[in-house]
Amino acid sequence: MPEKRIVRIKVRRQDGPTANETQRWEEFAVEWHPQMNIISALMEIQKNPVTADGKKVPPVVWESCCLEEVCGACTMIINGKVRQACSTLIDKISPNGETITIEPMSKFPLVRDLIVDRSRMFEDLKRVKAWIHLDGSHELGPGPRQSQENQEEAYPLSRCMTCGCCLEACPQVGPGSDFIGPAAINQVRLFNLHPSGKMHAAERLEALMGPGGVADCGKAQNCVEVCPKEIPLVDSIASVSRQTTKHLLFGWLLK
Amino acid sequence: MAQKSSIVTESGKVRRVIVVGGGLAGLMTVIKLCEAGIPVDLFSLVPVKRSHSVCAQGGINASVNTKGEGDSPEVHLEETAYGGDFLANQPPIKGMTYAAPGIVYMLDRMGVPFNRTPEGLLDFRRFGGTLYHRTAFAGATTGQQLLYALDEQVRRYETVDVEDARGVVIRGEKMVRKWELWDFLGLVLDDEGRARGIVAQDLKTMAIEAFRGDAVCLATGGPGMIFGKSTNSVINTGTAASAAYQAGACYANGEFIQVHPTAIPGADKLRLISESVRGEGGRIWVPKDPKERRRGRDVPEKERDYFLEAKYPGYGNLVPRDIASRELFLKCFHEGRGVFNPKSGKNELEVYLDVTHLPKDLLRKKLAGVLEIYEKFVGEDPYENPMRIFPAVHYSMGGLWVDFEKSADGKLVVGSPRNQATNIPGLYAAGEVDYQYHGANRLGANSLLSCIYGGMVAGPAIASYVKNLKTSSFDLKSSIFDKAAKREQDRYDAILKMDGKENPYVLHQELAQVMLRDCTIERHNDVLDKVIAKIDELEDRWHDIGVPDTTPRANQGAQFVRHLRNMLVIARVIATGARNRDESRGAHYKPDFKQRDDENWLRTTMAFYQTDGKRSAVNFVRSFDYTMLDKTIHVTDAVDVSLVKPRPRRYEQAGAASAAAKGAVDGGAAQKPKEQSTTATAE
Ligand SMILES: Cc1cc2nc3c(=O)[nH]c(=O)nc-3n(C[C@H](O)[C@H](O)[C@H](O)COP(=O)(O)OP(=O)(O)OC[C@H]3O[C@@H](n4cnc5c(N)ncnc54)[C@H](O)[C@@H]3O)c2cc1C
Ligand code: SF4
Ligand code: SF4
Ligand code: FES
Repeated sequence: MPEKRIVRIKVRRQDGPTANETQRWEEFAVEWHPQMNIISALMEIQKNPVTADGKKVPPVVWESCCLEEVCGACTMIINGKVRQACSTLIDKISPNGETITIEPMSKFPLVRDLIVDRSRMFEDLKRVKAWIHLDGSHELGPGPRQSQENQEEAYPLSRCMTCGCCLEACPQVGPGSDFIGPAAINQVRLFNLHPSGKMHAAERLEALMGPGGVADCGKAQNCVEVCPKEIPLVDSIASVSRQTTKHLLFGWLLK
Repeated sequence: MAQKSSIVTESGKVRRVIVVGGGLAGLMTVIKLCEAGIPVDLFSLVPVKRSHSVCAQGGINASVNTKGEGDSPEVHLEETAYGGDFLANQPPIKGMTYAAPGIVYMLDRMGVPFNRTPEGLLDFRRFGGTLYHRTAFAGATTGQQLLYALDEQVRRYETVDVEDARGVVIRGEKMVRKWELWDFLGLVLDDEGRARGIVAQDLKTMAIEAFRGDAVCLATGGPGMIFGKSTNSVINTGTAASAAYQAGACYANGEFIQVHPTAIPGADKLRLISESVRGEGGRIWVPKDPKERRRGRDVPEKERDYFLEAKYPGYGNLVPRDIASRELFLKCFHEGRGVFNPKSGKNELEVYLDVTHLPKDLLRKKLAGVLEIYEKFVGEDPYENPMRIFPAVHYSMGGLWVDFEKSADGKLVVGSPRNQATNIPGLYAAGEVDYQYHGANRLGANSLLSCIYGGMVAGPAIASYVKNLKTSSFDLKSSIFDKAAKREQDRYDAILKMDGKENPYVLHQELAQVMLRDCTIERHNDVLDKVIAKIDELEDRWHDIGVPDTTPRANQGAQFVRHLRNMLVIARVIATGARNRDESRGAHYKPDFKQRDDENWLRTTMAFYQTDGKRSAVNFVRSFDYTMLDKTIHVTDAVDVSLVKPRPRRYEQAGAASAAAKGAVDGGAAQKPKEQSTTATAE
């Protein structure tokens, strides 16, 4: 029998946002299994919540749902990089049994352990009115015709799963700044592209023209590098930036 | 006398309705309620944008017939009834298939980036159980795109003020209030057994609270986690449906669990490879030589066995899921002809799903989202290598029993308070959690449709129920709410005090193992007896759990102990229902009873909860009465097959599933139900 392969994981834990005294690192050693990812490793810890040095502890808590990188729930910082735990394969990040570190995201208020509160991202979607202003859900026939090209531009933008990676990585987002961040700006581009969405483009642009708006982007491009859905965030920011400039210069003419 | 206004009560309080669940079904219900002017409190385990519906890949059905194939809602109705092996009541299906084109147009207007034809129209692709291009899609992340579209509309209503009948804004009240990261624990029932609200728990602070609602709609999805590894999201424990069932709601057709033929074998989840892959031309095969050592891509064409195409020339790789899954199981498990693994020297439980012959450009435009999942989680390039896949638990056809009111033309009376109503007055259900639309086997891309249609019907149904309600929940004395909250608080406190020796996650693993192995593709009565004995054992051991966590915040361990108990209860409904049904129909297949038996079993399984305080038990009934706004309604287990006459399924013949609508039914077969053979058997 070959020796059992062990995966070592160090988790940063804290019982609550104000419970600073409970902040700690705990290390776990779990048995390797094929196709193991961070979530399945955490699940092993649930079944036997004992640290590497033999202490029984409450199981680590985290958020997850789809386990296929489409819901955005399980975002955390793994070996210093923000990403989804479900699509992080152990064999890829620890090919030789290197210890893996896991931390909660730092730009959002902590709930407990690896769980943070990302509700501001949903509030931001309200702020930029990220929706089509529908007359109603009753039958009104098909929507506007759209070219394949338009669809091919819009579809990638609409795959944003509000995971928060881009906000975590953005140097302009953080305490003391009210920068809305790239995810919501990308949504403005998306809705302003749509034939009916366009009709309300001005409202969305105006939401991004004040403090915390698109002008606060420092163009560091960190966001685009961490976006798991490979959304062209820098293009979106540039596009929305152009739209706001245009709106600022000529918008009043159209009123 | 009903309440004067459906917006405010006699004493001036705003009347709201509760929707639990923000997947497609829940969100659509909310939109319809808001359009009817009824404010909603929306509860969800996760931010609704992360609901399980986000996982759906392939698409949504609507017979728009843009390809000039002669498709129509009538054909869609027939194929759905036929695919479901005739166990579904047909008027709801008819309502759904006729509404489908309008639903897809509505989604299009909401901005869903559906794929387009060169002319700028919606594109459609093929799915299982049909020969028509009927499935609208947005790349291979259709569920995500539909969920986002509805989520956006609901978010808009979060910013809209409630107005009274005269159009005056009621300050501080929004049309939608969201309670995300809250767990539904149970119903608040008044003295007459009417649902008056819910009790829920904040998953951050663990605070338990009762909420008032003039009606409650559960749109809480399926129970896939009972089987442990499945294609479902981890939150799909079926806990809410179980709680409603334990409060007296009828659970119907529980034994019908869909196993999807093509998923990636995995450690934590069996990730789906959508049927759309076959819809676009993907082919399933195994090497003819069971000891074939070459990689899939190196096996020449003539040495491959395309076994579905060979056995079912009519529908080929797109036979319905129950049949495809059984055939794969037969190949791998019984014939030992799964893909050979030279390393282990074994034939694995895997077959090839191949798209390497298709143009890369088509794959990228239409299937990228799915192929990406394969690449990410398997680490192999599916554009170059045939994928290795195996069946996985996917969907529950069964769920909470709901009523419908049939219209003169055989559809539903829209706005009837009976539609989507459970037998608990004031409690509605829509989406995967109901049992209504798919009979014994669901066709691909019909679920997103049934979820949205269910919501479209539930909204107006609830609106008319609420309008006719004599006293609003908001005018009731607070004691019934306090009592319900205390009941749930006591239960939770008792869990926190559990100090036995069992770990709940380990118990769950044991449950999942037997359910997955013994209660899915093939079912044997002697084995099912053992499954039920195992559930007995696990329910006993549940009482000896040591709660893994007593921390006051975000206590997932204690929450899981509760969900586990609720899973055990539904597991028993599934296993006992399967044990009883001695026939084969759709997804329910017993090698010892290979025939479909319409004479004895063309009927709905209706289960009610019983308990002796320690273990659960199931009481199956053939009829019951329930009350809808003071009227007593008598319900039986007879299936309404008035629109498409039951006949044997013959997917080896092209067009067999749509023969009646096309005027080509072999009358003889329809006349002789007793001769009805299979559910494509694995002889
Ligand atoms: C991988 C995959 C692919 C699929 N692809 C397709 C497809 O291409 N086409 C198709 O038609 N169908 C498809 N399906 C099926 C379809 O996605 C589901 O049946 C459908 O999305 C279910 O939607 P729903 O609204 O009923 O529930 P869900 O989307 O599951 O939502 C349930 C909601 O209820 C909430 N909830 C649950 N329990 C509680 C509780 N106790 N307290 C509070 N809230 C609770 C959840 O938070 C969530 O918001 C697929 C399914 C899977 C698994
Ligand atoms: S480009 Fe702008 S939004 Fe993106 S990381 Fe940099 S500052 Fe942030
Ligand atoms: S833009 Fe990308 S990184 Fe940012 S929230 Fe959306 S999916 Fe996540
Ligand atoms: S669990 Fe959904 S993205 Fe990881």
